[in-house]
Amino acid sequence: MSTLEPIAMPENLSKDLESTVDLTPKKGRKKKSAAGDAARAISSPWASLAAIIIAVLWTIPTIGLLVTSFRKQRAINTSGWWTSFSDPSQYTLENYRQALAPGTSASLSQYFINTIVITIPAVLLPLFLASLAAYAFAWMPFPGRDALFVAVFALQIVPLQVALIPLLDRYVKFGLGASYWSVWLSHTIFALPLATFLIHNFMRELPAELMEAARVDGAGHVTIFFRILLPLLTPALAAFGIFQFLWVWNDLLVSLVFLGGTPDVAPITVRVAELSGSRGSAWYLLSAGAFISMIVPVAVFLALQRYFVRGLLAGGLKG
Amino acid sequence: MTSHVLVEVAGKIPEPLLRAQSVAGKFFLMFFAIALFAVVFGLVLFLASLFKGRTGEKFQGVLFVGPAIVLLAFGLMYPAILTIIQSFRGKTGEGSFSTENYVQMFTQPELLLVLRNTAIWVILVPFIATGVGLLYAILIDRARGEAFSKALIFLPMAISMVGASIIWKFVYQYKQTSRPQIGLLNAILKALGFETQQFLINAPLNTFMLIIVMVWIQAGFAMTVLSAAIKAIPDEIIEAAKLDGVQAFKMFRFITLPSIRPALVVVITTIGIGTLKVFDIVRTMTGGQFDTSVVANEFYNQSFRFDAGGLGAALAVLLFVLVIPIVIYNILQMRKEA
Repeated sequence: MSTLEPIAMPENLSKDLESTVDLTPKKGRKKKSAAGDAARAISSPWASLAAIIIAVLWTIPTIGLLVTSFRKQRAINTSGWWTSFSDPSQYTLENYRQALAPGTSASLSQYFINTIVITIPAVLLPLFLASLAAYAFAWMPFPGRDALFVAVFALQIVPLQVALIPLLDRYVKFGLGASYWSVWLSHTIFALPLATFLIHNFMRELPAELMEAARVDGAGHVTIFFRILLPLLTPALAAFGIFQFLWVWNDLLVSLVFLGGTPDVAPITVRVAELSGSRGSAWYLLSAGAFISMIVPVAVFLALQRYFVRGLLAGGLKG
Repeated sequence: MTSHVLVEVAGKIPEPLLRAQSVAGKFFLMFFAIALFAVVFGLVLFLASLFKGRTGEKFQGVLFVGPAIVLLAFGLMYPAILTIIQSFRGKTGEGSFSTENYVQMFTQPELLLVLRNTAIWVILVPFIATGVGLLYAILIDRARGEAFSKALIFLPMAISMVGASIIWKFVYQYKQTSRPQIGLLNAILKALGFETQQFLINAPLNTFMLIIVMVWIQAGFAMTVLSAAIKAIPDEIIEAAKLDGVQAFKMFRFITLPSIRPALVVVITTIGIGTLKVFDIVRTMTGGQFDTSVVANEFYNQSFRFDAGGLGAALAVLLFVLVIPIVIYNILQMRKEA
């Protein structure tokens, strides 16, 4: 299960929102809002205080574990992380070194590689397959098109739990059990309804004249798809790509079901969750492991959050 | 019939193309998969380009949607139907027709507890997360450093639920009252003169402690969407209300709230659906022990640990059934707004 679920919005609403979303507003063009006025009018100092309290509550747990991940093993178990600031000699990189050292049973490095190997195809495949399908649904007349599109749209509500076990049986039967193929295929399949729907929405917004003009010039659908549509679709593809990236990178359930804990294939989330159960008090390892698993998605997220927010507001359900 | 052919074909695939141990082998496998996909993709497009004219267009359309439809039929629809059938075939999912699993689900005390827990999650998480998100969105709107303030609350969405669970497990870490505390929450309890608590073991407190983690993750989502909705309220309306001397609270009650209603509905239902299927948090923090299990976690345990595939299937079907009314409500609300 992901933490992320793009949402279904009335189309006009999502467009309104998109135009106003800007996580890094430029100075001087901040928009006025009724609610902001309300907060300020009630009493500014209290509003600020409340905001600070929420911000602190939301940040402290992460900071606590982050600080812990840099403390010596002994120090972690004998005093609170908040006491560490007065004694910087206890800080060390040893936890990370141990967590990443190859060859040891506690090593996370191969799981980290598994996560990368799982994630890249599991993002690319649904992106292309869904763009192709979305293009046909948006711009090509063929028999049964509308019924099929509604069916794909409706599949968004099917929880993936419903599909897991029969799918696992199939993979094992085909000799794909506990292989990357099983998760690549599964992530691709589970992503298709939302991806097709999202990309279709973006495609429908492009002017039909663009397509018509290209047709008149003798371009076929394949040419139009590659030369005209894909470049125009970059923001939509980026938005969905980030979702799918975070979803696959952070996934636990799909990998757990299809890969189990097999070190050759299991991703880092599965391993960290396992460590939490089997070595729940090994905080030097858990804290470093948790941050190793988080660093990539957080970096990607911060770098591309504008696309992410746009995707968030543009619709659909997944899972 | 086709599956026999597939099994045979699969049996002939050389092992290095299926599994790899070395780092190089893994990346080779990854590039092989992408290349294979590119070839198939190219083949589909090449075939499509062979068709010309208006009739050809129909074949092209079928070719374009074909791969996605085949995958969805194989990987989502067909398995879903099998799961529904399995849920009616007794505890293991292999017997003859019976409604045993569903009867069990609503009568057996442990499973009733699972349903109760799930209900608590689904009622509390969407409203608390949305409430906090809305409050925060309002408080920081147009404030200095708004982008930074947002990022603080938003960031938990980028990390895995497993990571979030580890973060919070450390906050809840228990040591006896007499010993130095390493968990923040127990340290606060001790400093205030209370006994330290086993937050993840003492029921029913533990379920609420797990719920906090989900709220922590989802509040950022609510805040982002609602903040965008607040900013989308036209300036003219606000200016007009101000000229009329509308007070701050009334402004919120009669202008802000109605304006962002559609976004609120979407946020609450979306978080509700996500919460219904919550698995990672429960599994990582308690494994569903100590009376904390929820439907999605019980589905996993019954299917994979207790060898009760039929009961597991029934729980999966229950998730499906519970999602439907939320989605319908969502669609009805959208229709109303449009």
